[in-house]
Amino acid sequence: MAINIQMPALSPTMEEGTLSKWLVKKGDSVTSGDILAEIETDKATMEVESIDEGIVGEIVVEEGAQNVKVGAVILRLLEDGEDESALEGGSDDAPAAKAEEAAPAPEAKAEPAPKVKTVLSDPDIPTNIAMKETTVRDALRDAMAEEMRRDPAVFIMGEEVAEYQGAYKVTRELLQEFGSQRVVDTPITEHGFAGIGVGAAMGGLRPIVEFMTWNFAMQAIDHIINSAAKTLYMSGGQMRCPIVFRGPNGAASRVGAQHSHDYSSWYSNVPGLKVVAPYDAADAKGLLKAAIRDPNPVVFLEHELLYGESFDVPDMDDFLIPIGKAKVRREGADVTLVTHSRMVGRCLDAAETLAEQGIDAEVIDLRTLRPLDTDTVIESVKKTNRLVCAEEGWGQSGIGAEIAARVVAEAFDYLDAPPARVFQKDVPLPYAANLEALSLPNANDVVEAAKKVCYVEE
Amino acid sequence: MAAKKKAPAKKKSAPKALKTTKDELLGYYKDMLLIRRFEEKAGQLYGMGLIAGFCHLYIGQEAVVTGIRGVMKEGDQMITGYRDHGHMLACGMEARGVMAELTGREGGYSRGKGGSMHMFSTEKKFYGGHGIVGAQVPLGAGLGFANKYLENGAVSLAFFGDGAANQGQVYETFNMAKLWNLPVVFVIENNEYAMGTSVKRASAETELFKRGISFEIEGLQVDGMNVLAVRDAAKKAIDHARAGKGPMILEMKTYRYRGHSMSDPAKYRTRDEVNDIRSARDPIDAVKARLEAEGWANTDALKAIDKEIKAVVNDSAEFAQTSPEPDPSELYTDVLLEA
Repeated sequence: MAINIQMPALSPTMEEGTLSKWLVKKGDSVTSGDILAEIETDKATMEVESIDEGIVGEIVVEEGAQNVKVGAVILRLLEDGEDESALEGGSDDAPAAKAEEAAPAPEAKAEPAPKVKTVLSDPDIPTNIAMKETTVRDALRDAMAEEMRRDPAVFIMGEEVAEYQGAYKVTRELLQEFGSQRVVDTPITEHGFAGIGVGAAMGGLRPIVEFMTWNFAMQAIDHIINSAAKTLYMSGGQMRCPIVFRGPNGAASRVGAQHSHDYSSWYSNVPGLKVVAPYDAADAKGLLKAAIRDPNPVVFLEHELLYGESFDVPDMDDFLIPIGKAKVRREGADVTLVTHSRMVGRCLDAAETLAEQGIDAEVIDLRTLRPLDTDTVIESVKKTNRLVCAEEGWGQSGIGAEIAARVVAEAFDYLDAPPARVFQKDVPLPYAANLEALSLPNANDVVEAAKKVCYVEE
Repeated sequence: MAAKKKAPAKKKSAPKALKTTKDELLGYYKDMLLIRRFEEKAGQLYGMGLIAGFCHLYIGQEAVVTGIRGVMKEGDQMITGYRDHGHMLACGMEARGVMAELTGREGGYSRGKGGSMHMFSTEKKFYGGHGIVGAQVPLGAGLGFANKYLENGAVSLAFFGDGAANQGQVYETFNMAKLWNLPVVFVIENNEYAMGTSVKRASAETELFKRGISFEIEGLQVDGMNVLAVRDAAKKAIDHARAGKGPMILEMKTYRYRGHSMSDPAKYRTRDEVNDIRSARDPIDAVKARLEAEGWANTDALKAIDKEIKAVVNDSAEFAQTSPEPDPSELYTDVLLEA
């Protein structure tokens, strides 16, 4: 039997890629270590090496093919002594979907958005504006590029932001446009470069400090909180610190506990910071532009699993979303689901499932975690009388705990049931696919919580 | 190896070796005396319960900030840790505003919201006043980063102690400051004790000016009790940084006479040790002796200066006690700026 070479997964979250170039052709003999092909993912172009020896019997996927699924057979290799007859039987028995079955947690990145697109008209977006489908990744990039064109004091620093084009490609092509003075690669020293960023902000610049992930910012948290957040107050209003700290936050896919921490509640606890956690591409762009213009330190929590998702973004020159305003993403009468970041998609899915069961859910995307838009939540609860808070991080002292406390304090008489919360299980996020899936909250958890507060029996 | 060592002077007559003028030396004398008298008064007010919290006095170290300030140019910035009163006075901040901040009053530089360790004056280019040991080092390099980016020709002076010199972020900063040749000068005020732990007990390499060797940063060891030696070393380092050659490290061998803070009984050293240094190396006595020896100031003139400075300090103490506490409405101001 010929050896089937499959499309490899080149990153923890890769589900498909483009076969950009073949470096071997039919009849070539290859040995272990030879480069077979170049594959382009949404993050990078990578070379694929052979680990087998043999003769190229068949190129199954042509050069230039896009959206080739991980696990699909791309090449068949004849082993020593085999001839083309060994190719008979085809390659369609390849276990292409095996990885996805084993790991139900990651959302397929190929899907442009959740199955529902219940996005209400946003008062911040003019109605007559054309929309352009954009990934969250590119929306963030566009926001930075536009603000860097607008204000020469804006620059970005961080690990791999320049020559590597961004560890997650969010800073792609910024170096080419703005040069190395404004797109600054740093050594892997978060504590130091976060401090230098804050000092540069105090010195009159507008830094964007990228953390490869927020997990690594624990090394730098002293400067985010003690140096950036508190100095305006401690100086009686003299010291300015206009800075954006940004990067992916929360769980990615099978990267283990140290790379999966959700810091939403940590930073939302601190006066002197603004904390933003967008869901879709339009909010990512509009809010990041607002964050860069904001005179205060802003913690901008992105989500790696949303980077590759596409959404409509208004095609306009200066699209800003004000920090501190929640968005009603789906109107409903029976229960209010309050959430942020990637859980917004889960809640919209849950709302569809609930609708099939006769429960009309309203979905509120907080978008900003500090200052918290309590008014929008309270207004909704006054209408629905029921509250479910959903977040990806842990429950104790979480965003949901805060929302629930505020609703109980300010709208107790409107509640027909105790508020419910959905959150990550109270353990470090495990690596094993099944345990990871058990840990993270999903749409079904939201459905169950909503039914509970609606007193609906199974 | 780039680092050079200058033997610390042992005698208080050392300033005679270095060139100066009457005006320059009188200026340094007044500046140092102001810091000394101000700190003595602050210690007194602390004892009376008018100053609270942590209060770290600069007595004994006056020559360091005074000599450096003497060669800084308009636009150059200064940033330091929590032993910061001397730096503020050296930057030209008003004694009244500093003292009133110590007492937590409306007339303080931070309107009573910062206290001893957290004062700033963007007008005087003083960027704090930072309470977390070592944090001011990357912040100071960040000011240098901004200077280079804006091409404004300014140099940032980042002060820290022998204790902070063991902080990891200091070395992260050394690396980037040299990698990018930032216009910053690192001033290590080695007063021999990090709180109660002597340099010998805390540092594997006790010659702190060598700490930049692995980063290709030149270091100088300087007699920090000699204002003119400080001045000369600072000039060299500041010129180096301003010329685009990157940072230098100045290890100032100095000494604090008082405890780490007002609540430190200083049991980790003997009274004799303090007295010996005070009588042999006091930076103010040395300048006073030189002024007299050169015939630049007689006893009467020096007394007049003393009186003038006492008046400034007493006025600041008076102001700090009569200035009202901040209005309760101040509780919620200065948390965020209007976007």
